Amino acid sequence: MGSQIAQAIAAGILGGGVYALMAAGLTLVFGVLDIINVAQGILVVLGAYLSYVLSVHLHIDLLLGLLITVPAMFVIGVVIYWLFIRPLRGAERTSMTLLACFAVALIIEGVLYREFGSNYVSLKASYISSSVHVLGFYLPDIYLIGFALAVVAIGALYLVLYRTTFGRTIRATMQNQTAARLIGIDVNRVAALTFGIGTAVTAIGGMVYGAISGGFTPNSGYDLISRLLAIVILAGMGSIGGALVAAVFMTTAEALVDIWQPDWSVAVFYLALVIILTIRPTGLFGRRAARAQ
Amino acid sequence: MTATLRAEGVTKSFGGVQALADCSLTASAGRITGLIGPNGSGKTTLFNVMTGYEKTDSGHVFLDDRKITGAPPYRVFGFGISRTFQLTRIFPRLTVLENMLVPAQHGKSARRQRDHAMDLLTFTGIAGHAAALAGTLSYGQRKLLELAYVLVCDPAVVLLDEPAGGVNPSLIHHISDRIRELNKNGCTFLIVEHNMDFVMGLCHEVTVLDSGAVVASGPPDAIRTDPRVLDAYLGSDTDDDD
Amino acid sequence: MPDRLTPLLRPGGALVVLAVIAVFPLVFTNPTATNFGVVTLIFVAVCSAWNLFSGFSGYLSLGHAVFYGTGAYFLVVAANDWHVSGSAVFLLLPLAGIVAAIIAVPLGLVALRVRRHTFVVITIAFFFIAQLSASNLGVTGGSSGAIVPVPGNWSPATYNNPFYYMALIIAAATVALCWQVRRSRFGLQLRAIRDDEDRAAGLGVRAMPVKLTALVISAFITGMAGALWVYFIGEAFPQFVFDPLFDLAVVLMAFFGGLGTIAGPVLGALILEPTQLWLNLQQSNEYESQILFGALFLVVILFLPRGVLPTGAEYASALRARLLRRRGDQPAVPAQADAQTQADAQAAGSAS
Repeated sequence: MGSQIAQAIAAGILGGGVYALMAAGLTLVFGVLDIINVAQGILVVLGAYLSYVLSVHLHIDLLLGLLITVPAMFVIGVVIYWLFIRPLRGAERTSMTLLACFAVALIIEGVLYREFGSNYVSLKASYISSSVHVLGFYLPDIYLIGFALAVVAIGALYLVLYRTTFGRTIRATMQNQTAARLIGIDVNRVAALTFGIGTAVTAIGGMVYGAISGGFTPNSGYDLISRLLAIVILAGMGSIGGALVAAVFMTTAEALVDIWQPDWSVAVFYLALVIILTIRPTGLFGRRAARAQ
Repeated sequence: MTATLRAEGVTKSFGGVQALADCSLTASAGRITGLIGPNGSGKTTLFNVMTGYEKTDSGHVFLDDRKITGAPPYRVFGFGISRTFQLTRIFPRLTVLENMLVPAQHGKSARRQRDHAMDLLTFTGIAGHAAALAGTLSYGQRKLLELAYVLVCDPAVVLLDEPAGGVNPSLIHHISDRIRELNKNGCTFLIVEHNMDFVMGLCHEVTVLDSGAVVASGPPDAIRTDPRVLDAYLGSDTDDDD
Repeated sequence: MPDRLTPLLRPGGALVVLAVIAVFPLVFTNPTATNFGVVTLIFVAVCSAWNLFSGFSGYLSLGHAVFYGTGAYFLVVAANDWHVSGSAVFLLLPLAGIVAAIIAVPLGLVALRVRRHTFVVITIAFFFIAQLSASNLGVTGGSSGAIVPVPGNWSPATYNNPFYYMALIIAAATVALCWQVRRSRFGLQLRAIRDDEDRAAGLGVRAMPVKLTALVISAFITGMAGALWVYFIGEAFPQFVFDPLFDLAVVLMAFFGGLGTIAGPVLGALILEPTQLWLNLQQSNEYESQILFGALFLVVILFLPRGVLPTGAEYASALRARLLRRRGDQPAVPAQADAQTQADAQAAGSAS
């Protein structure tokens, strides 16, 4: 019993790190661009499929494959932003951006169905099926690798945001677009690059997700985006650190509930969301939202 | 309808920034009170606190003898307090007349409500645009619309945030005339403005705010020559000898 | 949103349209045609109901499938438990609507306290909760589906007709309700909230009760529509009853026709739903229609952001103004035609 709980907690924490990684792109894009990218779920799946193709058809190791998938996804992100989001204007801009992201998600899902069908596939590597023996239970290696990757990626994000000039530019744009324009920042370029970074991070998340999940299909995007949204709302939009806390909290809770009631464990995710929102509409760490506009 | 609106010892900070520090101010019934002060002195924050858009950290707001601290904006309106905003806010996708009909006029038939709205539009001078979408109005016309619709329910107190801001001189004159006329009927005004001629020419009383606290208060002539006011605007490095 | 087509749909025009739709099944007796008709009319109702809340208040809901599904499952459970069958099942429709309206209250109280962005996302979250519950709760038969009692003794040739007329009644009543709301003070408050909620509060508008009322009304209609639909379809699986594409389809139709107008959602549903049904018949692969759907959505969002109706009406006004100018008449300054662009510019400049 005790080892079951310990295992659940360990899996929860590590899994939370991975979810935080996937959510990081979402939070970044929201914080800077005020866009809720509901295509994030399917983008993770896309990242997983890209890793799958490289691994199965080109026999490239999953981790090495990241050197290809990350830049590829970066480009995809920039293109999506430039073609479908940047042209949107007008009073309904925020809603339309969200709908545009949804439409893009639909298209990507459809294309994935066409290319790969609806069979479950999974990512395979030697370090996926092996595990370490810790404190009386087995911890799959991939969880540790995934968590390590998550830490590295999120850390890199922080470095970029807070230690580089470009990061400063991003944060300036995040705080005040008009002022940023006035001092010569090309807001469109910053926006496109930020969106690209958000998607590039998702490539890593996708590879880890594909390895941990034990099987995915194009339909997996829905489950993912619903969890990611729940995490981000619970954390309060715009807080990367908060997303990490929220993710760990929710995945650990789910893993614990899973021991007794597997069918309802997923509900924990959403229940937490509803409860928190009832008490604190801006989320646990959210910026004090400007009133309903 | 008239009433006195009073803030007593109001303190408010945002994060590390102290916007209001033990601020007390009175807008006496039936008088026009001006509120001036350098940028960042807390004028709009005070407005927000007095009209329920912000909560106080401490201190109270009174309407006559009734404590209204913390009442949400719609209730503040119900007490008879109306306000305008620094960056004029109207409902762009509603027509001008529809804008006027948003505030609920209880106990009046639809016909009388419409008539009253049109009267106010005529009073401010934009009746001709009643059927146009408010979003098509020029900046000055929007200011007049905002002025008009805060008056729909015969408020006892009207708070105006920079009514003369960004507006041409003849329109400024027009606006101050309207205010004077409404004040003759007893309406209390509290006006934030940077335009000194406007303030000094219109207001019975002027209060000066600096760094979130009241620095001076009195009739315009007294304020004009008060050295503390000069300090507040220019910074207190004026030499005593000069 | 300048609603210029609605004057055209004045009682006279509306009655004509209504009459045409009413005799449709008597003329086109082909079951496929009436099948399309039933589903299309259901979507007219759902789309108008959605627009009554989201179009007027500006709070985009992507979770209306929750109300649709709740109404549907209520009908299934009630029909089974209370042994109702045949035409009597139609009597359960208003009850289904009420159940949906009831759950809209707690949902609204939680969701409507946040800003618009977060609201959309919360509705998505609620949707997934609902879908999850449907898959796991015993009462709904879990993921293997629930059995819907279908009227076994209705003649196959005219089987669709009762459903058709039921859908027509609901759709017509909904459109009439939307029209009435828009003219009412309640509608004015909603639209003021949409333009500037805080400004409206400062003028005495109580935002939460107004928004919640609109949501409840919208939920009621959507619940009824869902119940009718599930009875028509004859089966209830969670992934179809709670279909993630449902809300997107409704939103697309409303956008296409013109968000916030009366005729917009109606037109959007009348045009797009049969198109989608037809495409589904043509394509053997679901994903093709999904890709097309997504692409269509993008096209509408990028090029027709205000929808076909308002954009079309604007072209008509601009054309008329140009013709007047050419005739040498004093041109009425096309303030109305440019109204939306200016309103958008203003709104874009001052808030986001």
